[in-house]
Amino acid sequence: MSEWTEIVDYFRGRSMWMLHYCTGCGAIELPPTMTSRWDMERFGITPMATPRQADILLITGYLAIKTLKRVIYTYEQMQAPKWVLGFGSCTINGGIYWDSYNVIERLDKYIPVDIYIAGCMPRPEAILDAFVKLKEMVQKGEAKGYEKYVKNYDWYKANQDRVLKRTSPVLKEIEKVTKIG
Amino acid sequence: MVIEFLIKLAQGLGIGALALATGLLFGGIGRKIIARIQRRYGPPFTQNYIDLFKLFSKGSVSHGWAFDLGLVAGFAPMLAALMFLPIGPFTLLPSDSSLIMIVYLMMMAYLGMAMGVLASGNPNSAIGMSRALMLMAGYEVPFAAVIFSVYLFSKTGYLTQIVAQQAGGFMNWNIVKMPLGFLAIEIALQGMLGEKPFDQAIAPAEIASGPMVELGGKYLGFGMIQHSVGLFLETGIVVDLFLGGAPNFWIFIAKQFVLYFIVILVDAILPRLRIHESTSFFWKLPLFLGILQAVIVIIQGGVLNV
Repeated sequence: MSEWTEIVDYFRGRSMWMLHYCTGCGAIELPPTMTSRWDMERFGITPMATPRQADILLITGYLAIKTLKRVIYTYEQMQAPKWVLGFGSCTINGGIYWDSYNVIERLDKYIPVDIYIAGCMPRPEAILDAFVKLKEMVQKGEAKGYEKYVKNYDWYKANQDRVLKRTSPVLKEIEKVTKIG
Repeated sequence: MVIEFLIKLAQGLGIGALALATGLLFGGIGRKIIARIQRRYGPPFTQNYIDLFKLFSKGSVSHGWAFDLGLVAGFAPMLAALMFLPIGPFTLLPSDSSLIMIVYLMMMAYLGMAMGVLASGNPNSAIGMSRALMLMAGYEVPFAAVIFSVYLFSKTGYLTQIVAQQAGGFMNWNIVKMPLGFLAIEIALQGMLGEKPFDQAIAPAEIASGPMVELGGKYLGFGMIQHSVGLFLETGIVVDLFLGGAPNFWIFIAKQFVLYFIVILVDAILPRLRIHESTSFFWKLPLFLGILQAVIVIIQGGVLNV
């Protein structure tokens, strides 16, 4: 059985389809990574259009609380095995938004992150380095963030609720205030 | 009787596996060729096998019984159509109306897939599927015109016999005798395979890959199998109709690859048309060529005098 798992892990590492969630400025580093100069398709990594098809969720940059909600939806729609890459210092410690009232500081309090790419911004070489590192981790069977999410769901859910509470409407009786005439 | 049936069944499954392996290989080589045209290194040519293996090792979400059934209904007619196709010298189910049978079953496959993906209820898949069916209304018309002229020319719908009539060297092939028809079917093939400029149905950046939007894991794997078998079938039928079939399997896939290579080269350099542009294109140039070919065949063969 373990040999079979090893074979499966080997091929999973060779074919990783990526969904890039481009919230921040980091998205601009992705076109050169995909196209002729750095060509990430040679590692079997292809951009995909929807979360159902993807294996990697790439979070490029800061996450406002409202976008965090969408990221959690997206992450939960993806099929296991799935991995998350935090891209840029915004996902690590908030980056230049470290003291902002509506931007989260650490991504892995809300969804499990397998690899962080440090830098503001990371260059395509750094992104490719992270992909190769992730491939090695997957092939060794070390990248198990999605299992961690299931196991510690209560902790993640509590953290998510604590910030998502702040996205509820500020005005108590919206209909009354916005009613015309 | 039972033994014969089991042998046929095993041969059928073998043909299916062979078509799948060939289709995936073509897809992988196609990705490599496009990468080289764009001056990239590109994925290994075995990448499609790896992708398929990975998809079947992933978890997947169903959207109800119609969704499951639709994928089977999309894949089964393709497999059934393969049974009527002369692959090299070998045909599993020889039938004197095999040409009509294949054309009919190919359309059934797309309708089955439409049923499946529309059951997911995603608006993007509805848009993608409506585009795919509209494109089908485009390319099926010149395709039918070409089938009609081949029918008139060979006076039979039995593919093995059509292949046999083209035996004896290059000058006997239908591509020499009916060049306009070949041109029309080659353009229709571009639309059938959904390659650029006719890839409106699965425009990834526009409608999030259209029909495949809710397919994940094993379901997407089935979609990939359907596409690969369809690639084998659609290039195979053109080889049998126009390139004189083949004495053995290797020459057969070599001829198929030549057709696919032309499709890939066009795919690599052209952008995507809009859906109404492509449908009206199919109803102009390729349809004109197909009808012209049919008229030439009628006048040459003296079909009207009979």
